[in-house]
Amino acid sequence: MASDEFVYVIYIAATPDAVWTALLDGEFTRRYWDHDNVSDWRPGSPWEHRRVDAAGTADIVGTVVEADPPKRLVLTWANPEDKARPDRHSRVTFEIEPVAEMVRLTITHEQLDADMRRKVASGWPRVVSSLKSLLETGRPLQTWAGPVPVNHEPVAAKGEPR
Amino acid sequence: MQAFTCIYLLPPAGHCVKHRRHVHDANAVFKALADPGRRRLLDRLHARSGQTLNELCAPMDMARQSVAQHLAQLEAANLVSTRWRGREKLHYLNVVPLQEIYDRWIRKFERPRLAALHGLKRRLEGSKDG
Repeated sequence: MASDEFVYVIYIAATPDAVWTALLDGEFTRRYWDHDNVSDWRPGSPWEHRRVDAAGTADIVGTVVEADPPKRLVLTWANPEDKARPDRHSRVTFEIEPVAEMVRLTITHEQLDADMRRKVASGWPRVVSSLKSLLETGRPLQTWAGPVPVNHEPVAAKGEPR
Repeated sequence: MQAFTCIYLLPPAGHCVKHRRHVHDANAVFKALADPGRRRLLDRLHARSGQTLNELCAPMDMARQSVAQHLAQLEAANLVSTRWRGREKLHYLNVVPLQEIYDRWIRKFERPRLAALHGLKRRLEGSKDG
């Protein structure tokens, strides 16, 4: 049964180094992801996906499994309450391959439970689209910002029209 | 996966960068979507991602070769991503290009009004998935 995983692919007109930096550098991730990714990015080290507010609350935590810049990064990925429960960590692999003068970024998210699966299903496409926009145009997409008017919120929350 | 994809990525000698990028732009996505059989394949991958060609062929009233060709076109448009598990090639729905179309054509224009209309349509039609 392979339905507990996602494989997302995006082509970005940028160098592998630029994409690698964009994934790991908190100053960069906050611009397109609305979070800081924080770690020393050494295998075995913890990493956190922190909100860009004063408290810097971690929304996702995990461990760096592999880091081979600028080609391959493997992380575990979990809710903060599951930090000490490796059995409840999902696993994300980022692969960066040069293709002509572009980069193919492949994100594979595996070992997902139903709750995390629901969370990341629409999350990754928004993140990588915004990343591509930032790297190619210098502007991220207004994916996380820009509140939808309150009276329309329930419709949008049930499932955005595609 | 790499070699398979590259068939579509590497242009004939002498073609310019613009041509090479063609496969990633919206034209390829819209063309790939302009076929009910291919849309059905995407629906089936949405229902269950990570299927082999054999699994995808089983309930389709389509020759195996046609399904393979449709999948190749979907992969060239980047709507389907693949990975190998042993000797099996697994196919996944890659919604990233749809997200880009959504961002380009929907989000920035009429999102609030569209959300209201979508809700109305759902109520009127009693449809769960719009």
